[in-house]
Amino acid sequence: MDITFKDVSYIYQPNTPFEHRALSNLSFHIRSGSFVAVIGHTGSGKSTLLQHLNGLLRPTAGEVDIGSYKISAEGKTKDIKSLREKAGVVFQYPEHQLFEETVEKDIGFGPLNFHVEQEEIKRRTQEAIEAVNLPEELLQRSPFDLSGGQMRRVAIAGVLAMEPEVLVLDEPTAGLDPRGQREIMDMFSALHKEKKLTTVLVTHSMEDALRYADHIIILKDGRKHMEGPPLEVLVRKEELEQVQLDVPEVIQFLSGVEEKLGYSISYHNQDIAQLAKELVAMVKGGR
Amino acid sequence: MSHFIEFRNVSFRYREDQPWVLVNVSFTVQADEWLAIIGHNGSGKSTIAKLMNGLLLPQQGEIFVDGIAVNEESIWDIRKRVGMVFQNPDNQFVGTTVRDDVAFGMENHGLPRQLMLKRVQSSLAAVGMSDYQAHEPHRLSGGQKQRIAIASVLAVAPQLIILDEATAMLDPKGRLEIMETIRQVQETQDLSLITITHDLKEVIKADRVLVMNQGRTWLEGTPREVFAAKDALRDIGLDTPFVTKLAAELTAAGLTIQREPLNHQELLEELWTLHSKM
Repeated sequence: MDITFKDVSYIYQPNTPFEHRALSNLSFHIRSGSFVAVIGHTGSGKSTLLQHLNGLLRPTAGEVDIGSYKISAEGKTKDIKSLREKAGVVFQYPEHQLFEETVEKDIGFGPLNFHVEQEEIKRRTQEAIEAVNLPEELLQRSPFDLSGGQMRRVAIAGVLAMEPEVLVLDEPTAGLDPRGQREIMDMFSALHKEKKLTTVLVTHSMEDALRYADHIIILKDGRKHMEGPPLEVLVRKEELEQVQLDVPEVIQFLSGVEEKLGYSISYHNQDIAQLAKELVAMVKGGR
Repeated sequence: MSHFIEFRNVSFRYREDQPWVLVNVSFTVQADEWLAIIGHNGSGKSTIAKLMNGLLLPQQGEIFVDGIAVNEESIWDIRKRVGMVFQNPDNQFVGTTVRDDVAFGMENHGLPRQLMLKRVQSSLAAVGMSDYQAHEPHRLSGGQKQRIAIASVLAVAPQLIILDEATAMLDPKGRLEIMETIRQVQETQDLSLITITHDLKEVIKADRVLVMNQGRTWLEGTPREVFAAKDALRDIGLDTPFVTKLAAELTAAGLTIQREPLNHQELLEELWTLHSKM
């Protein structure tokens, strides 16, 4: 589903001493099927933005279009429930939201609320648990007996069981060890392609943004600071420094190569092995 | 006695019907040393931290802090020497103002008021938060909160500070600031430091690294020595720095790297040397 923000502003507690403008005249367009990374430091408006994507918040001014759904200050709420069926949000530390007696019931809780048939819930639960790489034996266990990494997978399976078309991920790898981080991100990347999802990833990791996203939006004080394809946005050192972000490490290294050795090797998503080959060719004077 | 911390054949489990979390763990930490502990989730890293200041007590083996055996009688002596900062600062605040919060630990240790006033000032200055004394802690940003948490620990003047994933919730610049703050304090005061982290940029700056795997000490050495074992590290679920991976691929592609590089500068030097020889 296409996602469009048109001059969206959001103000918390308007007309009170605590009034706080979290988003200011924010406009952007996310094409259906793209993988977007939203980056910005604490307080830049990332969380406020993502809560608009399934109607948890409605803009104070402006309009959010998600597929055929329109969310604005004046709009009615009647469509919001069906929007929530289409747009799934994986919040930070989603395992804190587990509550059911068994893994199976927890995964099926969302679809049950939307009156999905039992048979269909079973099928979806099965599919979801496979997608997150959990063994079927876990279905009858209590989610609270599982390890942290497994609990997170259960929580994610619960969102997948809704079969969303838009998947919103709020720092989904926080607190995991390196292998856990890579597995979870590779899983989302595979799902994104396989299910033709529109994925919105909120992250601090420039490396993940570079590796997985095809479009980048960087926020600063509730406004759009930068936007574009990763290889155009993530190389602009000065602008990134204004929002306390670093250029991804591989790009930093390549500019080091250029400065010190005078060769320019362009980054085009090559993996480290390929990069090594290009460097060897350079050192041996083959280019 | 040069060891500040010593673990002697320590084993620990949370309940009798549960598996061992630590198995026969022995290691030492020197005074003024920075030790980084890494390992996959569930490898026993945080349990080690909690054993060091008596939040947990081991079923087998012995732990010494500054020559004192850690047990129920010595806990308060130990905690004057060992301060801890955890991952989520929101769970650690008790005071309604920054000043009260920093004073809280000292009150528990019964320090005289005059000294407390002085230490509140000096520890907030050390973390660059002097202007925030009257602020409410929960209204600060994540990075500011962690700095207050560190100031509270510094105020008790411990000889060892343990940071248990204390920077995990911060953005990259926030992480760097916190680590620089800690390093400055470590340089000006006598302080040992233990960091438990997944952040490789932190690990390469430590003096020594202890790698935990499934409750056992798996490898110990300088960052350079530890990251040289890159394939084995990957097998136990850990990552290695970008330069380490790149150096390995360069070697595989036929270059002879003289010394395992730890940062961009070192790898660039290697490339430059090789290039000028060609």
